[in-house]
Amino acid sequence: MAAPMLRWCCPGRRFAFARVGCGSCHRRGPPTGSTSNGKRGQSSVAQQPHITAQKPRKGEPEWAAVVGLEIHAQIASNSKLFSGSQVCFAAPPNSLVSFFDASLPGTLPVLNRRCVEAAVMTGLALDCHINRKSLFDRKHYFYADLPAGYQITQQRLPIAVNGSLAYSVYVGRKPSQMVTRTVRVKQIQLEQDSGKSLHDDLRSQTLIDLNRAGIGLLELVLEPDMSCGEEAATAVRELQLILQALGTSQANMADYEIQRQINELENGGEILNETRSFDFKLGCTVPMRDKEGKQDYRFMPEPNLPPLLLYDSGSLPSSADPQQVINIDQLRERLPELPRVTRQRLVQQYGMLPEHSCVLLNEVGLLEFFQNVIKETRAEPKKVTSWVLNTFLGFLKQQNLAVSESPVTPSALAELLDLLDRKAISAPAAKQVFEELWRNEGKTPAQIVAEKKLELLQDPEALEQLCRSTLEAHPDVVMDLKRGNPRAINKLIGLVRKATLGRADPTAIKEVLERQLSS
Amino acid sequence: MLGRTLREVSVALKQGQITPTELCQRCLSLIKKTKFLNAYITVSEEVALKQAEESEKRYKKGHSLGDLDGIPIAVKDNFSTSGIETTCASNMLKGYVPPYNATVVQKLLDQGALLMGKTNLDEFAMGSGSTDGIFGPVKNPWSYSKQYREKRKQNSHSENEDSNWLITGGSSGGSAAAVSAFTCFANCESSNLILWLKRTWALGSDTGGSTRNPAAHCGVVGLKPSYGLVSRHGLIPLVNSMDVPGILTRCVDDAATVLGVLAGHDPKDSTTIQDPVKPFTLPSLTDVSKLCIGIPKEYLTPELSSEVQSLWSKAANLFESEGAKVTEVSLPHTSYSIVCYHVLCTSEVASNMARFDGLEYGHRCDSDVSTEAMYAATRREGFNDVVRGRILSGNFFLLKENYENYFVKAQKVRRLIANDFVNVFNSGVDVLLTPTTLSEAVPYTEFIKEDNRTRSAQDDIFTQAVNMAGLPAVSVPVALSSQGLPIGLQFIGRAFCDQQLLIVAKWFEKQVQFPVIQLQELMDDCSSVFENEKLASVSLK
Repeated sequence: MAAPMLRWCCPGRRFAFARVGCGSCHRRGPPTGSTSNGKRGQSSVAQQPHITAQKPRKGEPEWAAVVGLEIHAQIASNSKLFSGSQVCFAAPPNSLVSFFDASLPGTLPVLNRRCVEAAVMTGLALDCHINRKSLFDRKHYFYADLPAGYQITQQRLPIAVNGSLAYSVYVGRKPSQMVTRTVRVKQIQLEQDSGKSLHDDLRSQTLIDLNRAGIGLLELVLEPDMSCGEEAATAVRELQLILQALGTSQANMADYEIQRQINELENGGEILNETRSFDFKLGCTVPMRDKEGKQDYRFMPEPNLPPLLLYDSGSLPSSADPQQVINIDQLRERLPELPRVTRQRLVQQYGMLPEHSCVLLNEVGLLEFFQNVIKETRAEPKKVTSWVLNTFLGFLKQQNLAVSESPVTPSALAELLDLLDRKAISAPAAKQVFEELWRNEGKTPAQIVAEKKLELLQDPEALEQLCRSTLEAHPDVVMDLKRGNPRAINKLIGLVRKATLGRADPTAIKEVLERQLSS
Repeated sequence: MLGRTLREVSVALKQGQITPTELCQRCLSLIKKTKFLNAYITVSEEVALKQAEESEKRYKKGHSLGDLDGIPIAVKDNFSTSGIETTCASNMLKGYVPPYNATVVQKLLDQGALLMGKTNLDEFAMGSGSTDGIFGPVKNPWSYSKQYREKRKQNSHSENEDSNWLITGGSSGGSAAAVSAFTCFANCESSNLILWLKRTWALGSDTGGSTRNPAAHCGVVGLKPSYGLVSRHGLIPLVNSMDVPGILTRCVDDAATVLGVLAGHDPKDSTTIQDPVKPFTLPSLTDVSKLCIGIPKEYLTPELSSEVQSLWSKAANLFESEGAKVTEVSLPHTSYSIVCYHVLCTSEVASNMARFDGLEYGHRCDSDVSTEAMYAATRREGFNDVVRGRILSGNFFLLKENYENYFVKAQKVRRLIANDFVNVFNSGVDVLLTPTTLSEAVPYTEFIKEDNRTRSAQDDIFTQAVNMAGLPAVSVPVALSSQGLPIGLQFIGRAFCDQQLLIVAKWFEKQVQFPVIQLQELMDDCSSVFENEKLASVSLK
């Protein structure tokens, strides 16, 4: 089957984590506003028309959609890639601009060690081959927020190549039908971000903010191994988790953008035409192969940066200043637990279903919340999982809150689950307590239980008494039961519960009733 | 020797026999008198006098900062100087005042040197005559020398003296003229002052020969250190991979002193070597018998003037007669150097000049029709034809379809050229001896008959392969031509063996005893300058 590819390339920059989109919306195109330039030559695409795999038309050959991605992740670093300027979100315009960032003549780039480490760690986490020698190149184009007239990137020999990213997708309707897919990582390269242009159409002015100019980016190129937008979105989400776990990029503040772009991707999976790229601003595809707009970036080696050399414990020169060299083996030792391993651990350690482990990781902060509850409660892990994923997450979603915004602390939930675990309260009462906790009036679960008189009836005599009087009061139901209607017992249980004001455990009630009936 | 000389000068300054302020004022007065040479673009009189005052205070307290404290310097106008206009002799940077000092400038100021001003050059250092800047051409002080004028009278057909002034060579012509002219006053019957004003020197930059070429034409020492030995941070680039701050002085010892201050790793320039550089003084070589001098046969070109050629042979014979081994060597790829340089230079120029868009700094045109129109007009107005021509060719070579055929090929040839040198040095040669220029300086009217590109190709022929290979090289003035003009010869050393190179150059300098320039017309004005020169004679003999 022929498989022309539709490659998604990244529009650019801007957001802290992944920016997935395509060339035409990349505002680094020629400033004439021609809408049809790929960010880079390689970012396009198939020559022939193709339609989606999902909707093959009868009588025509089946074409498969293929999605590749170029993703830019802003490196979490205190200073920029080649200058000492601070990296800080929402600083006043042009307040974080060094002489180099403003491209004053005579200034030279000095590579930021932290950014190199972030790239190496990301490469290791994605099973890449780490190039012991990589090079920097200049990519030229005129744009008002690109002060030097070129961007320093790694075109010829990037820092990491030939990796892979595994992600899980649901193949059926049931959440348990998950399969693992793999997308090849072609390369990871270090490059500079550009500044920001603010167009004031009213005064026909463009204002330039160079705070972002020169911030380090990781460009990750994923091979066109994905077959639809949903796969691509899942892969990006997995990548985001990995970068967060590594701490090489803060993926959190861009959730909105991620979500928006993921949505676009999911929509985009069906928008397949001829050689096109997807414009997320216009929300539609536009032709990519516009000769007029085709840009030649006139790549050239960056002469002011010597080749970037990396070492491992075997090749490390003995005389080397540890501040001046990077040891890949040392970085490998510093790698934290990756999401895939975390999920496996959760399944093994707490006996949860794989899809539950996915949910725990996908929601920012949820895993930490879960682990804190586990730490403080004696309740079964399965119980905790169920409460966190169903009740807690349900409340959050209903009110559209993040985990960090939750009014219920892990300790409070742990205490509540303890009460439940030692049968101090019934499950329905626990729900009631949780609702009270959510109102956040500063009360502990124990206080709520006491105030609302929700503790279980601990006096067996009292329960016996209540059961007996219930049986006596409802001879018709008892008759019904004796005639063989098994559901009649539930009615009786309900009546007793009502009489206890919900403070008795239904199982216990059932036991007492059955004993009394059989005697 | 150098150490002692420096100590003597320092002692004199410490003893108050001459003050930094007096020295500074003397230089300022010389600058004014030689204004017609057009050596300076900016004279930083106030800054210099203030620095002199500070220096004087230090000397009074006995806390001088070192050998350069109180010594007047000049810096080519493509080095960034904080608070002082830095133009590159271009409309593009007219009025541009950098907010920071180039590392080399900072190092000099930290040593207490007095910055007299910024010297003239070809626009963005693109040229070999110092004739193509917006401030006009630099005139070679030798045009006005007694030596040259007398020779001219002898074979004179020339009626109009003034129109026959000579070019300095370039692009660091302003620096070379500045050094050369200062020294001329030193010669005014008061040999003592030589050692004072000898200490006046200038900083050039050398990409294809920009320091050595004008040094040869102006009769001074021009040193291009090994690439990576001296920081380029703050030097407005021509070709990043070949640019090196150059040093122009009256003698080799002085060049060594300045190199000692400037050399070393700079965290702001990733291409500087990490190894610590020890400050060095040059021992005086007494025995050259262990030396092997290589004479590259490819440097004997048809265009080489017979006078230069004969001086070159004499120099080789001199080494041989003193016991050195002199051997003919081959640098087979030399002839490709110029064309290869053209591709690499213009490519980097195209890239380096991309930042001049009128937005952040520098010239900006009045047009505000669109951003593109603004770029185009700004760059049209800001750059001269030479710069624009190089930008155009550079962008052509970097086009995707041309990159392999031009840029990559040129880089391969560059490697071959560098390997030529490696092979020669591996064969046991210590230092290469070559001409610096084809001939002595030519009159301006003669020079401008050819365009900048042709001239650059001709004039950089002996100097520019060295930049391709990143090697250290020094031009030493040897003798006067039959026209009474200076001729220099070039020594090329192994990479990072700058010290060894200078030791050889110093020995040679001592043997040839290059005559000091005599500026008769200006002599009358000199009397006041030399009033208190007696003081030095005591310490310097």
